[in-house]
Amino acid sequence: MKKEKNLVVIQLSGGNDYLNTIVPYESGLYYDYRPNMGLKNESIIPIDDKIAFNSNMDIFKNSYDADNLAVMMGIGYPDPNRSHFRSMDIWHTAEPYESSSIGWLGKTIKNLDPSGSNPITAVNFGKGLPRALACPGVSVASVGALESYGLYTGVSGSKNRDILLDTIDRIYQPMNLEGMPSIRLLETGRGALDGADILSEAPKNYNSSVEYPEDNPIAQSLKGIAQVASARLGTRVFYASHGSFDTHTDELKNHSLLWKQLSTAIDCFQKDLKEQKLDDETVIWIFSEFGRRIADNGTGTDHGSGGVAFLLGNSVKGGLYGEYPNLDPAAQLEGDIKFNTDFRNLYSTILEDILDV
Amino acid sequence: MMTTNINLGKKNLIAHLLRRAGFGCSYDQIEQFSTMEYDEIVDELLNPEYSLPEDQDLLERYFIASVEARTARHADPQWTWRLAKSKKQLEEKIALFWHGLLAVGGVKLDHGLAMLEEIDLFRKYGLGKFNDLLLNISKDPGMMYWLDNQNSHKNAPNENYGRELLELFSMGIDENGEGAYSEEDVKVAAKAFTGWASKPTPPPFLLGPFKMEFNFDELDHDNSEKTFLGKTGNFNGEDIVEMVSLHPSTAKFICKRLYLFFVSEEENWEEINILADIYLKNEGNIRIVLESLFKSDHFKSKEIIFKKVKSPSDLVFGISRMVDRFQVPDLDSAELATNTFLMGQLLLNPPSVEGWHEGEEWIDSGSLIERINYASDEITNLNSPGVKRIIEIIYSKKLDSNEDFVNASLEALGYLEISDRTREIIKEHLNKNNNISEENKIIDLLKIIVSTPDFQYC
Repeated sequence: MKKEKNLVVIQLSGGNDYLNTIVPYESGLYYDYRPNMGLKNESIIPIDDKIAFNSNMDIFKNSYDADNLAVMMGIGYPDPNRSHFRSMDIWHTAEPYESSSIGWLGKTIKNLDPSGSNPITAVNFGKGLPRALACPGVSVASVGALESYGLYTGVSGSKNRDILLDTIDRIYQPMNLEGMPSIRLLETGRGALDGADILSEAPKNYNSSVEYPEDNPIAQSLKGIAQVASARLGTRVFYASHGSFDTHTDELKNHSLLWKQLSTAIDCFQKDLKEQKLDDETVIWIFSEFGRRIADNGTGTDHGSGGVAFLLGNSVKGGLYGEYPNLDPAAQLEGDIKFNTDFRNLYSTILEDILDV
Repeated sequence: MMTTNINLGKKNLIAHLLRRAGFGCSYDQIEQFSTMEYDEIVDELLNPEYSLPEDQDLLERYFIASVEARTARHADPQWTWRLAKSKKQLEEKIALFWHGLLAVGGVKLDHGLAMLEEIDLFRKYGLGKFNDLLLNISKDPGMMYWLDNQNSHKNAPNENYGRELLELFSMGIDENGEGAYSEEDVKVAAKAFTGWASKPTPPPFLLGPFKMEFNFDELDHDNSEKTFLGKTGNFNGEDIVEMVSLHPSTAKFICKRLYLFFVSEEENWEEINILADIYLKNEGNIRIVLESLFKSDHFKSKEIIFKKVKSPSDLVFGISRMVDRFQVPDLDSAELATNTFLMGQLLLNPPSVEGWHEGEEWIDSGSLIERINYASDEITNLNSPGVKRIIEIIYSKKLDSNEDFVNASLEALGYLEISDRTREIIKEHLNKNNNISEENKIIDLLKIIVSTPDFQYC
C-alpha cells in the first residue's frame, strides 16, 4: 500500500537573498552588481559550470548529489510586491490579486479532514499561526514546547481536573453564536483541548540518537516535528519558520549564519527521519516571501522580487527546475530578477503528489 | 450575542473605558472612579503628566541589571513594572500602541538602554502631534540602526527606512499592497534620509551599554533636488516627515490603527473617517483624536464592549491589576515579560517592523493554553491581596442561587460579561459540584470564568 506522505514547510522569513544562496559564479554581472558581497572561491560549492551553492549549504549539496533536492529557480508570481507582509500573504494564500485570510494549506487540511476529526492534522512549531494554515473550521495545533503542552497540568486530584476539563470542553464546543465568542475562537479552543492531550504524549515514546543543537532554534523546531511525526498521529502538515532573512545590512555574516543553522538542522532532521523510518514519506518545502535586489547597497541588499525554493526528500526527483534568471539590465524587472516559475504551479504539485488532494 | 446585563450601568462603562484605554481596574478602583463623570475620567487619562515615577528608585534596586540595561531582555522590568503598576494607564497603553506601530525589535537592536528610551519617547510624544512623534522617532538612534539607515549613503542609499516610513509608519498600503506613493517616492525618501544615523552604532559590547545619539552627516547627505509625492525641492528627512504626517492617507492610516487598537478589530470606515477628519483639522493631534474616540457613543455601544480580543499584554497586565499581584518589584514580576511572550507577545521585541498581528490572530491553540493556565493560576493564588479581596466582595453579595454566585463573581472581577450559553454551562457545573466548601466553590468558579472564551475579550 502506498504510504501517506507528510509535508514539512520551512518558511524563510524576511526575504532570502537568492543570488547569494544559489550563486551565478560565472557571471561577470553578478560581481559587478555585488562589489562588496559577491561570493567566490571557498564561499561557494559549484553545482555546475555556472552556478553554485553558498558554502554554508553543504548538506544541500549532498542531497543534490543524491538526487533528492529539487531547486526551484526564479520562483515568484506576477506583479511582485516588495512589502514583506503583502508578499508573505500572497505566498500564504496563493492569491496575488486579492486579499484573503484563507491559507492554501488551511484549505488543504479542510480537504484532508473535512469533519475536523483529527485536531493535529497540521502542527505549527513557533509563536503565532501562519496565515498559510488558517481556514475556518480547521484547528491547527500551535506548539512552543511539546513537554509542557497541556491544560491545568498543576491542578491536583485527577477527579477535580476531569470535572473542570469537562466543563471547559463544553464551553468551547463550537456553535454558531452571534458575535463573541467567535466560532474561530471556539474551534481553536476545541483543537487546543483535543490536541494537547495527544501532543504531550508524543515525546514519551520518542527515541533517537540524533542530538539537535540546543542553540539552533530551527533545529529545535525540527526536533519537535520529528517527535510528533514519529508518534504517527495522522499529522500531514508540519510548519516551522526560520529567520530573519531581512538582510539590509551585515548580510555576509547574517545570511551565512542562517544557512549554516538551517543546514545543520536539516542534517540532524534527515538522520533522525531515517532512524524513525520516516525518510521515504517526508518531504520538506523551503520558501521565502521574496528575493532581494540584484545590486547590493554596500553591506546588504534591499527587498526584491523573484527567488528560489527547495523541495527535499527521498521521494523527490532532484535537479534544477526553471531557469537561472538573466542578470542583464534589459532582462531585469526594476532592478530585480524576473521570475520564470509561478509558485502556484509548485503548490499544485505538492498538493497532488505529496498530500494526495 | 445576548448578554444578561441589558442595562449598561456607569460602572460597566468605566470598566470598559479602563480596559481599553488601559489594562483594566479592580472592583474597588472602579468604585473610586465612579465618583467622577465618564468624560472627566477620559480627560484625566488623556493628560498624564510626564514624570519619573515615584517608585523608580525601588525598581532600580530590585532590578539592578535593568539600569542602563545592556540587552532588551535586561530592560524588560523597567517597562513591565509600569504596565502592571502605573496609575497613568493610558500613558503606558499608548506607548504599547506605538511600540507595535513604530516597531523596533530587540533581536537586532539588542540594546536595552536604547529600547527603553524609545518607549519613553512614546510616553512623551505619543499623545501629541504625530508630526513631532514621527520626527523624533526618525531621529531616534535605535530606529536608525534597526532600519539600517547608518548604511544609507549619499552614493548608495539604503531603502529600508524610506520604505517602512511610508508603508508601515504613515501612509500605509491597501489590501492589494498599493499605497498613495510610488516606488520612486520610496527611493526619493531613502535619498532624503541619507546621512541620518546613530552614533556610535551598536556592536555587541562586552563592557556594558553606551548611549547612542542621533547623528546627521551632512557630507553623506544627498543634497540634490528631489521630487516626492509630486513636489520638488531639496528635501531632507524633516521635509519628508512633514509632508507625510499631514497627508490624508496618513490621517486614515493612523486613525485606522488607533481604531483597531482601541475600539474594534473590524474596520468601521464611517467611524475611522470621522477620526481622520479630526486628525487633519487638528494637525495630527492624537490626544484630540482619542478624546473624540473615547467619548463617542460608538465606543460605548454594545457592538464594541467585550468584542475585542485581548492582547497578551491586556490579559497579563489586566490580571496583575485585577488581583493586585505585585507590591514590590520582586522576582515574580520579572516573569511578566515571559508570560506575555508565551502567549505570543515578547515586549521590546516585536516579530518584525510590522509589529504584531493583533486581534483574533493573537489566539492559536498554543497561546490559548498559555492564557488559560496563566489566568487560572493567578486568579487562584491566595497570596495576592486582590484575590482575597475578590472572594470577600463575592461573600458580601446576595448568594441565594448559583445565578447569584455567577453574577457576584463577574462583578467582583471588574464588571465582566459572559454569554448566556457560557453562563448556563457554568451553572450546571456548580450544580454538579455541590459537595465542596464554599470557598473552594468560589475558587473553582473564578478559575472557570478566566478560562472561558468570553474572558479572552475586552
